[in-house]
Amino acid sequence: MFDTLKSRIYQGNQFIKDIKNAPMREQFRGLPKLCNSNCNNCKDCLNVCPTGALKLNPLSIDMGKCTFCGACKNVCKTGAIDFTNFYKLSTTKRENLIITEDMTQEEFSKIAIEVRKEIKRVFGKSLKLRQVSAAGCNGCEMELNACSNVNFDMGRFGIDFVASPRHADGLVITGPISKNMAYALEDCYKSTPDPKIVVLCGACAISGGVFQQSSELNREFLEKYPIDLYIAGCPVHPLTFINGILGFIQGK
Amino acid sequence: MNWIKLKNNGKIDINSIPTLKIEQLREEIINLNLRPVAFFGKDWGNNTTKLFVVLADDKNSELNVSSAIFNQDEKCYESITQVLPSFHIFEREFYEQFGIKPLNHPWLKPLRKNQKDYKFFEMEGEEVHQVAVGPIHAGVIEPGHFRFMCNGETVYHLEIMLGYQHRGVEDLMIKHPSNRLAESICGDSVIANNLAYSKVMETLCDCKVSKRAQLIRTLALEMERAAIHIGDLGAISGDIAYLMGASVFGATRTLVINTMLEFSGSRFGRGLIELGGVNFDIDNEKIKRALETLTKVEKDVDRMVKTMLKNTSVMSRLEKTGVVSKEKAEQIGLVGMAARACGLTLDSRFDFPDECYKFLALPRKMFKGKGDVNSRFKLRHQEAMESLDISKRILEMLKNTLKEEVKTNCELNLPKDTMAISIVEGWRGEIVHIALTDMNGTLSKYKIKDPSFNNWYGLALAVRNNGVSDFPLCNKSFNLSYCGCDL
Ligand code: SF4
Ligand code: SF4
Repeated sequence: MFDTLKSRIYQGNQFIKDIKNAPMREQFRGLPKLCNSNCNNCKDCLNVCPTGALKLNPLSIDMGKCTFCGACKNVCKTGAIDFTNFYKLSTTKRENLIITEDMTQEEFSKIAIEVRKEIKRVFGKSLKLRQVSAAGCNGCEMELNACSNVNFDMGRFGIDFVASPRHADGLVITGPISKNMAYALEDCYKSTPDPKIVVLCGACAISGGVFQQSSELNREFLEKYPIDLYIAGCPVHPLTFINGILGFIQGK
Repeated sequence: MNWIKLKNNGKIDINSIPTLKIEQLREEIINLNLRPVAFFGKDWGNNTTKLFVVLADDKNSELNVSSAIFNQDEKCYESITQVLPSFHIFEREFYEQFGIKPLNHPWLKPLRKNQKDYKFFEMEGEEVHQVAVGPIHAGVIEPGHFRFMCNGETVYHLEIMLGYQHRGVEDLMIKHPSNRLAESICGDSVIANNLAYSKVMETLCDCKVSKRAQLIRTLALEMERAAIHIGDLGAISGDIAYLMGASVFGATRTLVINTMLEFSGSRFGRGLIELGGVNFDIDNEKIKRALETLTKVEKDVDRMVKTMLKNTSVMSRLEKTGVVSKEKAEQIGLVGMAARACGLTLDSRFDFPDECYKFLALPRKMFKGKGDVNSRFKLRHQEAMESLDISKRILEMLKNTLKEEVKTNCELNLPKDTMAISIVEGWRGEIVHIALTDMNGTLSKYKIKDPSFNNWYGLALAVRNNGVSDFPLCNKSFNLSYCGCDL
């Protein structure tokens, strides 16, 4: 008991106080920064991109597909592609994940999350989520678990992962949705009481990510049901996730 | 010659692999009685199927390769599992993929397909009841189905039905091989899988990687091991409601993965390893910071573990829970950390060392494991400390050695009719990648074996005669991969 207390005092407080303005290491690859006029159309980046996230003329990166691997930046000789360490990469519209040269950090932040009054009213102070891993690689899952550790401590905002869909206000889906998980996912959605939200978390869930071309997927769920929030990453960083959810349920 | 011998990270001409009759191959396998690391089929034209077998001779650091051919009308053979149980899952996979039936296989159930028709083992009796869990679990983890046959609170038998995570990775690898896909095979073993992929491809293309790049790769691998072990120490603490441990280990793990973020731009080291080397060098400034951080982590983890192990209520939960005996472990073919916790010595870092581990010449640390949760807890502590120590040694070397290029150009010019094998010891155990090319020099088969493939059955044995409420604890002490098994 005494030793445990000593350890507790020694550890001090570990939580990040201001989660909305938490600093991020400069090496983190977040929001892309593109310079179309530098692009000389060599297509080197297209060849190394594992997910087809890049387009040329004009240069754009679809963060819903991007794994933030940085390969495109590494091969680009003209410096047309760069990544900032800006980590608030959630949008309420799928198409807003596509970043072009004009989409600066300020611009993106303005349009990224559309705040709905009813969401704020119903979920603003408490949001219980059921997580469904539908062939997620355990990368996104580990980061979602980290959201609840002592550093990020998501629970203090009233956001928690719960054990049963019956207790949940929404689903957080990770993974490209394998054929074998399609049924369970839909079942889980139906078991969640209304009103509910659906969040797609990570490149796999949003677009299939590196598994887009697999014949073992069944992504019909996404056509059938409305999606409320897209959170980009591979995996999604805990700060990205928490800020995405907070932005969605509380506004700025 | 019925076998051809190969070293780790070696390649051979496919045509030099002996092709036997299955009866003969079976007899050979049983007589040699070595550990299977691969056992897979491949379409061989004209409706024939070729079965490749790779057996590990751990003592001599050699891999034995052989094969058998099945003609169109040969649709069954006497199973090997009835003699050597460690083949059970390999034979199930082969049957599911090629329809060639291992006769008298005691456990011929679906592996990744047809979950709807899955027939669970059943027991009857007044007190006997079933508990079904999954595929979606209570926590934030990957899906799988567990069926417990219980008598009151005691588990008689646990059957694990997987396959939900199947993404067809091996097929994708043939069509679109890439470091990024390798990183997503199993997101908790990003470095280990990417390293195995890179090595198997570099072996095929005779691409040499600089010493410095090799050191950075090994550093990343050891940091991955340390981070996961520390995280799992926290998860085990959480499962026995020792929240102090969960918090402290959680926070120290963050320090390790944030150091990885500084090195590579990703907390799990995504984007670091690339064919031909690594994408990021580590400068002295970062090395200095990392050394300080890892020293602190070492101290904090050690302190917390020692505090915990002094606590009798902690010990009463860990000791004698979820036991797998050494004999059972050997029989069913456990590998990696789980096997070492049962008292086996398998560790491919020492049994099949690559250039870098040979250079580092680490001493093999022994562990007197009893196969219970306590052993797995203590072993994870020992291995985390060891990995942190190795990481620090490598960082010192990186600081002092001459700068050299960390990436060379590696053109994917694949040789014809070749097979290459690479084994990497991830934190769970051996990760095996095997690549085959055809007569045109294109990839024709890519085989991946995750340690979880062998070890899931170990978890099923571990929970026998334990309280069903101890399942989460047993599970966490193994922490096996669903997608690694389902691929
Ligand atoms: S960082 Fe994104 S856009 Fe660039 S190569 Fe990787 S996946 Fe493609
Ligand atoms: S988005 Fe990346 S980290 Fe997340 S599940 Fe997919 S591959 Fe894994």
